[in-house]
Amino acid sequence: MSSYKLSVNGEAYTVDADEQMPLLWVIRDLIGLTGTKYGCGIAQCGACTVHLSGAPVRSCSFPVSAVGEQPVITIEGLSEDNSHPVQRAWIAEQVPQCGYCQSGQIMSAVALLASNADPDDEAINAAMNGNICRCGTYPRIRKAIKTAAGYSH
Amino acid sequence: MKPQDISRRNFLRQAACSGAALTLAAYLPAYGHTTSRIINPVTDGTLPGTELLSWISINPAGKVTLMCNRSEMGQGTFQAFPQMLAEELEVSLDDVEIAFAPANPEKYGPQPQEGSFSVRGWAPRLLHTGACAREMLIEAAAAEWHVSKNECYAENGTVINRKTEKRLPYGALVEKAAKLKPPAEVNLKKRADYKIIGKSAPRKDIPLKTNGSAIFGLDKKLPGMKYAVIERSKRFRETVKNFDDSETRKVPGVSHVFKVNRPVFSQYSEGVAVVADSLWAAMQGRKVLKVDWNDPDSDLPATASLEKQMHENLQKIGRHSKFETEYERCGQKLEASYETPYQSHSCMEPLNCTADVRADAIEIWGPIQEANWIQADLSQRFNVPIERVAVHMTFLGGGFGRKAFPDYPYEAAFISKEIQSPVQVVWTREDDMTAGPFRPGAFYTLKGGLDTQGRIHAFQANTATQWIGQEWSATPPGIPEAAGYNTGDFEGLLHPYRKGIPHYSFGGAGTHSPIPVMWWRSVYASTHGFACESFIDELARLAGKDPLAFRREHLPDPRYQALIDRMSELTNWQSHGKNQGWGAAFTECFTGICGHAVKITRNAEGKVRIEKVIALMDCGWYVNPDIIRAQVEGSIVMALGAATLHATTFEDGKAVQQNFDTYPMPRIADIPPIEVHIMENDEKPGGVGEPGLPPFAPALANAIFDLTGRRIRRLPFSLDEIS
Repeated sequence: MSSYKLSVNGEAYTVDADEQMPLLWVIRDLIGLTGTKYGCGIAQCGACTVHLSGAPVRSCSFPVSAVGEQPVITIEGLSEDNSHPVQRAWIAEQVPQCGYCQSGQIMSAVALLASNADPDDEAINAAMNGNICRCGTYPRIRKAIKTAAGYSH
Repeated sequence: MKPQDISRRNFLRQAACSGAALTLAAYLPAYGHTTSRIINPVTDGTLPGTELLSWISINPAGKVTLMCNRSEMGQGTFQAFPQMLAEELEVSLDDVEIAFAPANPEKYGPQPQEGSFSVRGWAPRLLHTGACAREMLIEAAAAEWHVSKNECYAENGTVINRKTEKRLPYGALVEKAAKLKPPAEVNLKKRADYKIIGKSAPRKDIPLKTNGSAIFGLDKKLPGMKYAVIERSKRFRETVKNFDDSETRKVPGVSHVFKVNRPVFSQYSEGVAVVADSLWAAMQGRKVLKVDWNDPDSDLPATASLEKQMHENLQKIGRHSKFETEYERCGQKLEASYETPYQSHSCMEPLNCTADVRADAIEIWGPIQEANWIQADLSQRFNVPIERVAVHMTFLGGGFGRKAFPDYPYEAAFISKEIQSPVQVVWTREDDMTAGPFRPGAFYTLKGGLDTQGRIHAFQANTATQWIGQEWSATPPGIPEAAGYNTGDFEGLLHPYRKGIPHYSFGGAGTHSPIPVMWWRSVYASTHGFACESFIDELARLAGKDPLAFRREHLPDPRYQALIDRMSELTNWQSHGKNQGWGAAFTECFTGICGHAVKITRNAEGKVRIEKVIALMDCGWYVNPDIIRAQVEGSIVMALGAATLHATTFEDGKAVQQNFDTYPMPRIADIPPIEVHIMENDEKPGGVGEPGLPPFAPALANAIFDLTGRRIRRLPFSLDEIS
């Protein structure tokens, strides 16, 4: 067990954790932010996607010891009131069904739009292909990303 | 057991009847705790206002809370139910909150979330409840004003006097209204007068799902709660010989290690639980746990031997002499075999359940499709009176049928009782994907004969599968039989065609295996539909007729004629160009009818790619068109995965695929443009959540034949291998 200082959604946390403990479980069980989800544990489904220094990572397969000083942003860090353009677009296009994968989908989409303000279908495919949705909301995810891109124009 | 006896509903009825009686004198929450403002709609049944007819609660400020007695796993019940209640209650959806009703069949009726039953099963009761409550509020206002009820009407949460234009809000009336007797008869609105039903009102659960605040089963926390993971047998029906937990107990945080079991139909499946202060610690403890297993008392199923058994069983099905005679009379005859695999549900939220079991009461929270069954099952197995078993539904991260099985709540209750503490039992993805129950694979032999006009004269469908529910009985399935001549209830198999085909025959062969099987979205129709609608296409080709025209000939029901006409328009069916493959299929299950048309082409590398899917849903009277479109879109994606990407196979008595690396799911880049259209008619409400799935695989296979001349008769197949 070691002590780690983390910045999550702009807040400073100190956690005692095994160095191999994935960031996912630190966020969910030690810090108590449950919006980030466990789906596969092997970085195949993307339900656990968070941002590390702005880049999307699969927190289920990212040990807490590798975080260092990089700031972590989770779904809760986008906005409390669903005012982030991607959240607004997700609501406008009525994307979620069961909703379990959507935190990860949204975090991947936010990262995409941060690097590409007007992504085409190929860019969306490349950025979003790591996120599985068993309910099959993909057509609406695609649409919502384009809607969100429109909000910031 | 006869296949026709094993409809899902019959099975559930039998299961429920064999358990504790589903009646309650009164609902008593096991432990008092308050839910004053419902942000996340998990409730203990306490409502923030005065109750009106169980389902409706209004507080003095006029805030309306409506109960949703069925679970929300993405299918939209959470929105559709309040839309129905609010319409007749005359309140705006903007002004209502929704809460999940706890298990309480006496108060809320049966609560199983299955069979695409929410709207089709509940519309009459909810409309009537909303209307009764409205009339009671009007009556209370009329009494207040000393006027006749007929002078008053309700609008937007207020009762208004037509003559004086006086107004009283519902909040001021509810106390008095709740003491009135509900009217024996109420007038329901005409469909043309609806303000809420039939409109795409945005779903109230969606904002909870875009900021991480929705509480799923895995997000439930209780004070002092421990976490448990279970090393379960990998080979079906093996039992624990002994285990060595010496290393496990050295892991900081691990507090208990002990043998547990889990009811799977008539058997118990065994495992060893590792309980710890944190989930991570429990997982680490499990990694170093050593378990020795006794060999199973049954065969070690493998896909190759299962398939051999199914083929052999198909040959053993009895003959229908009448059918054989008619079939022999046909000038053109065709026989084909179809094969479909086992499938995993693989909900994005792996199974989990949180339990708090005390000396005289059980309380559980979780992603639960079957609140009543679980309540009765826990009551019976733990010998706790049913009124002391509280079952609370969280949001479900997918269900698809898997979360309508009471095994995982039992495990959580078992462990909580043993450690005398609240506990959350978490299944890893691997646990979830390998334990089952699975959708059973099904094999078919189909025969069809045409008359001189090129119409189907005789049609036979023989099926070999592991019937769902047969493992409930210790008795192996009987002799394969010819199950019906011009009769028999095989969901999704030839359903709509029966009026148009003079002679048809069904046979069924139950295949025995220790693999647990159960319903998976659209159940038998998910495999029957592929076999039947592909073979109908084969017969159309044999007759030299256009596949859509051939179906029109054999589906005389006006509802189907309208559906096919509309599909013809939407696809511009006559404009079929060269280098395109078009396929269509129509299936009916859970009283919803759906047609899909798939258009494919070859890409620059010569690979087959789907250009577009056009879906047409006929679910009769409906509540929320946007939810219908979403359900059909999602069904197509799920069907695409099952048809072209994944299957569960078995070796050495265990499932081979354990995670998404070997059980690949459709991803965003795999999804073609999808158009969903809804038929407008005044038929009774039909199912939506499941009927959108079965037509996809046959429509795709029919399109592939159209383009390439190659007939797909086995699922899954890889689109990359079609040229």
